[in-house]
Formats: sequence, structure tokens, C-alpha cells
Amino acid sequence: MVEFALPKNSKVRKGKTHPAPDGAGNLRNFKVYRWNPDDGENPRLDTYQVDVDACGPMVLDALIKIKNEVDSTLTFRRSCREGVCGSCAMNIDGTNTLACTRFISEIAGDVKIYPLPHEPVVKDLVPDLNRAYAQYAAIEPWLKAETPAPERERPQSAEERARLDGLWECILCFCCTTSCPSYWWNGDRYLGPAVLLQAYRWIVDSRDEAAGERLDALEDPFRLYRCHTIMNCTKTCPKNLNPAKAIAEIKKLMVRRRG
Amino acid sequence: MSMRSPLGRVRGLGSAREGVGHWWAARMTALALIPLALWFVASVVTLTGADYATVRAWIASPVVAGLLVLLVLMTFTHAALGLQEIVEDYIHHEGAKLAALLAVKAFALLLGLTGVLAVLTILFGG
Repeated sequence: MVEFALPKNSKVRKGKTHPAPDGAGNLRNFKVYRWNPDDGENPRLDTYQVDVDACGPMVLDALIKIKNEVDSTLTFRRSCREGVCGSCAMNIDGTNTLACTRFISEIAGDVKIYPLPHEPVVKDLVPDLNRAYAQYAAIEPWLKAETPAPERERPQSAEERARLDGLWECILCFCCTTSCPSYWWNGDRYLGPAVLLQAYRWIVDSRDEAAGERLDALEDPFRLYRCHTIMNCTKTCPKNLNPAKAIAEIKKLMVRRRG
Repeated sequence: MSMRSPLGRVRGLGSAREGVGHWWAARMTALALIPLALWFVASVVTLTGADYATVRAWIASPVVAGLLVLLVLMTFTHAALGLQEIVEDYIHHEGAKLAALLAVKAFALLLGLTGVLAVLTILFGG
């Protein structure tokens, strides 16, 4: 059966509190999931008091401030700090999103920060996404064409190019995939919304000549049809894309090629 | 403990090359059930207070019996397809999954057959 409760060694306990220094002004509590693979302890929720007047506006700014000034052991991924790399995807205030594009001021009360749900944790806010990356590799996300490459680029009309809008913007942060209950229960076989959106991006690319082969590889009760249009993916996408629609379009193409 | 690569695990046994039939059948039975269910509820409301003989006579008309047989078939086909999805979603033990899927199909077949035969009994039994 699916496990609905956390195993004993994953139960989150109350952690330490790091108060702000005296005289700090506008205080907010950041409650951050902590887990260290080396100490054999259960995960815990540490509280950091941060003076948001002395901090940048985004949740990532607060995390960097905590790491620099309070607790250097806090571990998280970040790179571009402007929503194009997808590294700082985490669960903030109950929603998967990018820490670098999420305003602290948009969150009411304590700012609760957890790693992306239902993936193995490497440390603190760093999830192990190796399976999701392998699923991305499995859909062969590159142009496949047997027609010899022309002298210059492979041409595409403006309309054909427009079909890629809403797809090419995906940064593979996996906020959507890890928000999907179907992926939680069957992630070993279901490809998940991010990877299916990417698969659709190649299926509708007018320059690609392998749409049929791609559909063959997706036609499976688990790989594609575990999607039950729950729509968490579309709701959570920090880039405002619509993975649920991309999956629905793949399902339509599956029907269309039958007759 | 498995030392297989993540890609090897994800590719697994490959795609089953099916699933579209199941998905399409679930949609089509749902579509059929919209008019059938509306007609059935409206009919039952109209028959409020009618006695046993009146309802029997209503069912004994070929058109009504035909629609009722369709309603029963579509309902239990749709239910079996949907319950199969739920079993596959949540039950991961292969043996338990197989048993649950067999139970779902047997249950749907038994109830569907019972419903169809009940209608036909009235239609032909007079």
C-alpha cells in the first residue's frame, strides 16, 4: 500500500530557535526543515528570527542571510537568484515554488520552508532529484530528424514556433512533479508533469520527425495515464506554465492517431 | 539494494503501448451516462407514487428496457474502469493488486449482469 504517514525516522521534531540580536527591528520567524544524514537524528524544524528590514525582499535573501550571519550549516541549492535556473525550488508556505521569486511580504505569519515533497532528502532543503533527471533523459529531449540538416538552420514558421510558447519556458525545477500526488504514489513509473510537458515540447516541435516514436514511448498506463488531472502542477508552477494542459494535449494526440 | 542506474530503472520494461483504450472508454462511458442518468432520474421522479404494476409495465416497453440495459452496462463499465485506476494508484503489492483487480471486475460483472437480467426478465416475463 501507499504510505500515507512518514516513517518513524522521518518524523519532524521541534528544533532549535535562533533569536535575532537585540535591537533588531522588523522580525519574522523562518521555520526551516533541517536534516543531517551524518548525525543519525530525526529531521527537525529550526526557527530563525530574521530582521526583514535588513534583508532583501525574497525568501532566498533570508535563507542566504541566515547562512551568512546565523547558521552556516544550513544547506540549500541556489544559483541564478532570478527564477531562470530552478535550483532553489522548495516548499514555502505550503506551496512548491522558487525561493528567489517568492516575496517574504506575500507570506502571512511564520515562513515555513521544507524541501520539495516526497523525494529523498540529501541534506536540509536539498532533495535528491536523480530519478526526475533520469526521467527527463528517458524522453530523449533533443531534436530527432532524419532529413539531412540544411545548409543553415531548420526553418519553422511563426505559427509553428508559437506552439512552443508556454513550453520552452520550463526550467525543470520540478515544483510541479513533486506537487503531484500521482507522482508521490507512483513516481517510479509515472513520468510526472515536468517531464511530460518537456515530452510534449518535442512532440509539437515542427522540426522534430519522431512524434510517433515519442508517443509510442509514452503510451503506457503508468508513464502517461497516471495523470488524473489533479492540477496541482499548474497551480504550483512558479513560471505560470500549464503542465496539465500539455499532458491533456498528449492524451488527445494518442486518440487522434488511432483513427 | 539495487545498483542499477537511475535511467535503467526509469526505462524499466519499456512502455506497455496501451492505456489509450482504457482512457477513451472511461470518457465515452461518462459521456453516455450524462443523458442516460438524466433520463433515468427524470423517469423515476415522474413515476413517484406509481404502483408496482405501473412501474413493471413501464420497464416492459422495449425502448425503456433498452435504455435501462444501456444504463446498467455503462454504469458498471465506467465503475470498473475507475476502480481499476484507484487500485493501480494505491496498491503496490503485486499479489494484492491482482486480487483487488479481479475482485473489482467480478463485482462489476456480477452486478451488471444481475441488473441486465432483471430488466430482461421483466421485458420477456411480462
